[in-house]
Amino acid sequence: MTIAGDILLRVEHLTMRFGGLVAVDDLSFEARQGEITALIGPNGAGKTTVFNCITGFYKPSEGRLGLCHGDAAIWSELDALTDSGKRGITRGDNGLYLLERMPDYLVTQNARVARTFQNIRLFPGMTVLENLLVAQHNALMVASGYTLFGIFGLPSYHRAEHASIEKARDWLNRVGLIHRADDPAGDLPYGDQRRLEIARAMCTDPVLLCLDEPAAGLNPRESAQLNELLKSIGNEHGISILLIEHDMSVVMEISDHVVVLDYGIKISDGAPDVVRNDPKVIAAYLGVPDHEVEKVGAEIGL
Amino acid sequence: MEVFLQQLINGITLGSIYGLIAIGYTMVFGIIGMVNFAHGDVFMVAAFVALVAFLILTTWLGVSSIAVALFVVLIVAMLFTSLVNWIIERLAYRPLRGSFRLAPLISAIGMSIFLSNFVQVSQGPRNKAIPPMVQGEFVLLTHNDYAVTLSFKQLIIWGVTAVLLVCFWYLVARTRLGRAQRACEQDQRMAALVGVNVDQTISLTFVIAAALAAVAGTMYLMYYGVVSFSDGFVPGVKAFTAAVLGGIGSLPGAVIGGLLIGLIETMWSAYFSIDYKDVAAFSVLAITLIFLPQGLFGRPDVEKV
Amino acid sequence: MSEGAANQRIDTVAALRDAAITTLLAFGLFLPLIGFQTVTNIRNELELDTRWPLLFSIVAVVGVARLAYSFLLAPWLERIKQRPVATTTPAWRTSFGKWFVPFCIGFVIVYPVIIIAATGYGGALKWVDNFGIQILIYVMLGWGLNIVVGLAGLLDLGYVAFYAVGAYAYALLAKEFGFSFWILLPLAGVMSSFWGILLGFPVLRLRGDYLAIVTLAFGEIIRIVLVNWVDVTNGYAGISGIPRPSFFGIPFNANDDGFAATFGLEFSPIYRTIFLYYLILALAFLTAFVTVRLRRLPVGRAWEALREDEIACRSLGINTTHTKLTAFGMGAMFAGFAGSFFAARQGFISPESFTFLESATILAIVVLGGMGSQIGVAIAAIAMIGGTEIMRELEFLKAIFGESFDPTQYRMLLFGFAMVIIMVLRPRGLISHRAPSVFLKEPKPVPVDLVKQGHG
Repeated sequence: MTIAGDILLRVEHLTMRFGGLVAVDDLSFEARQGEITALIGPNGAGKTTVFNCITGFYKPSEGRLGLCHGDAAIWSELDALTDSGKRGITRGDNGLYLLERMPDYLVTQNARVARTFQNIRLFPGMTVLENLLVAQHNALMVASGYTLFGIFGLPSYHRAEHASIEKARDWLNRVGLIHRADDPAGDLPYGDQRRLEIARAMCTDPVLLCLDEPAAGLNPRESAQLNELLKSIGNEHGISILLIEHDMSVVMEISDHVVVLDYGIKISDGAPDVVRNDPKVIAAYLGVPDHEVEKVGAEIGL
Repeated sequence: MEVFLQQLINGITLGSIYGLIAIGYTMVFGIIGMVNFAHGDVFMVAAFVALVAFLILTTWLGVSSIAVALFVVLIVAMLFTSLVNWIIERLAYRPLRGSFRLAPLISAIGMSIFLSNFVQVSQGPRNKAIPPMVQGEFVLLTHNDYAVTLSFKQLIIWGVTAVLLVCFWYLVARTRLGRAQRACEQDQRMAALVGVNVDQTISLTFVIAAALAAVAGTMYLMYYGVVSFSDGFVPGVKAFTAAVLGGIGSLPGAVIGGLLIGLIETMWSAYFSIDYKDVAAFSVLAITLIFLPQGLFGRPDVEKV
Repeated sequence: MSEGAANQRIDTVAALRDAAITTLLAFGLFLPLIGFQTVTNIRNELELDTRWPLLFSIVAVVGVARLAYSFLLAPWLERIKQRPVATTTPAWRTSFGKWFVPFCIGFVIVYPVIIIAATGYGGALKWVDNFGIQILIYVMLGWGLNIVVGLAGLLDLGYVAFYAVGAYAYALLAKEFGFSFWILLPLAGVMSSFWGILLGFPVLRLRGDYLAIVTLAFGEIIRIVLVNWVDVTNGYAGISGIPRPSFFGIPFNANDDGFAATFGLEFSPIYRTIFLYYLILALAFLTAFVTVRLRRLPVGRAWEALREDEIACRSLGINTTHTKLTAFGMGAMFAGFAGSFFAARQGFISPESFTFLESATILAIVVLGGMGSQIGVAIAAIAMIGGTEIMRELEFLKAIFGESFDPTQYRMLLFGFAMVIIMVLRPRGLISHRAPSVFLKEPKPVPVDLVKQGHG
């Protein structure tokens, strides 16, 4: 059903202004189904702003953010959808959504885009297991008859809760946190918190997982484990990943496609190898004008 | 028109009192991020201290010069109220600094209940009325038998408020203490690292807040000639409204907010309904917080994702 | 050895100096308002009296207390701090924990029986009414507000408004239309809930202290309306003659069809009081039961998640607007129930019963109890309300302080003082653990240091 390589997310002319500051300027790129797309760039390039626009936390000043579920053929209806003023359409299992029109919680609930945060945002006073159950809120809400069945303790809710605990258990096994299930999330070491946040995002059943610097603060061993985890999420579940990352070992090893931002403008877009050798990218990272790249590169032995 | 002019004068007077109390709220909120719920009651305590001092001066010592009496009363009230607020900060708030968010709020509410009941128990529940301290007025204009007046006591309130605000502005903007305060507002730990005595700065903030509340309390007593133990809550909430309206953390905002609240209240009483005058103040509070949470002069609070 | 002695001597000097400073400060603090008393004389003029003996005794007490602190309390606290912290809970504590709640439930169920056995019918009235019913009302209000503040982390300082809506809804509808208590109880809950949601809408975006202040403003606005809308509410005079609840149709009166006569008992007002006691007990249990259930449902977990991190909630597809409004609505509903019970019990209500002080008291109970902990809230309600009620009973103090001494005067004074002291000693409240709502292997209590108090 899902054909790897079909377009999942289409960002077109995304612009985000804060007062006079243009954080993201006319950015367009595509993310494909089942692939890992990395968004890189120096600090302050506007990467997190792009994330916040995609996940509905910011309303873009301009631009269109299309997301497709299932068969890519539904993209043909994009213009009609845009003109209709609706947030999205569904055709059986397939759907097409305009993320810029949706509030943050609907981006997760309907368009099934999940995210993590640069500065981890767990529920520190709740246990690891509770964190994962909160992520299954919407499914459980329906199962509890919007609280009504649940309050009378009907068996249908118990079954649903049991299933969601099993799902949480499954994810805890995969991220290696099963032994910490009943501990408060705030008690976990940093690396575990990162993995828990990813597991929690996965519990929302996303089609697109947006990770904001998942390797930040991890040691090399944890970083390698993270690579494996992300690859398996892509391979086994067919879930696409959009990734902001500074750790080039992670980016170059696991991503299928890299988009480079500098001062809110896209300066490069392509396969990791292509991007790595793009003089514009090197210039941006070194912080020098294009024509000085070779000179500076020679100085630092690049 | 005459009514409006008269209400304008009354409103500015009332607003000056609110403004003085509001500075206390805004300063304390600015520096330790807490709504000092007991501040209204500190104002009430100040009015009582002023009452006692006034009675000592007039009935025991037989001071006949009102100017001298008022000056002494003002100084005594400022001293004692500062001491009270200094002790309150030491006992009820300092142990809770850096603690959980709700603890200082509950502690302050407890302190507010304690103060008003302390005054009730020690001074009795009845209204305390004194003969008018200052009499006389200027008649500004007369029209159809309606005289617009500016009383001497109103003039005193304007004058005292203005002088104090200038001194206060100098203190905050030009002195070492003011710089230390602003440093603590930004980042207490960093301020401590660069040699600011954070505890002392916060204590002094409470002392200054209390001194200004004491001036407000004295002016309130002089203006209305009556005070009771329950007079802290409503002026306290209104002054807090003023601080919020001006933008909490902003000192000029507190003064302007106070004047606005005073004007809104007197105008509302004159043109709409005196019964619902408190509703006006409370509604302004709610509307400001909902639609303009940063107030008129405050910095907007941006939600970080 | 000699070093220890030296330390001891330095401590003594420091303690004496501290005590001297404290005494001096206390003198300054109490001089204007205790040293002098303003009294109105026969000519209706204000005069001053002095109370030097009182002032000096209070100052002396403060000084001695400071000395006692330095020499007795501080070393003791130091010893406690140095004592190794037990890593495993002792056996008696776990079994205590297991039996504590069932024991409490059992006790409150048989409480009226115990009281009647101990004091007889005549004396029991006061103990069941002032202590039993009065405390249970606050337990219920505390549990209701606990949903909003303790679980959802939404700071509400105007909770009493919903209590008032419930009380006035019952009073007006019962008087006007003669509906029975059992019809009006749910109706009052629905109306309060409606108001809770209505007032919740505008404050959705607000956080922390700002939310507290706006809810305070709403609470006061509702009270001022109750005072001034005389046509409906009868203003300050209040509403009297509110119909009392009946025992499923049988009224509590001395008539032939009254409760006592029907069951062949001698008439006594205690029957109604006992009935009201069990009524409020049932309502409180309902509140607790629903809350316990809700905590294990997605909506309850969403409340707690909201308290922990609102942005993370939104990133997980949780509609925070709905989540907040259900918390406001649910909390207000229980206040409405309690309000209609209050009106039915008193037979008279006036705006005086719904002041800011009530809201502050209920919030204090929730925070002192340890946010989110039901048992903690109940203990706090017993301590704070029972403590102030017990002040009425301390008649023997007159023997010490003289006939004019009225202990009830000091109720609220000590109440406020206790709020400060408890917060300073236990800023997170009495119960410092959060029970997880679900577990895989074993439930481990979450230390409260990790639990957020909400920012909204």
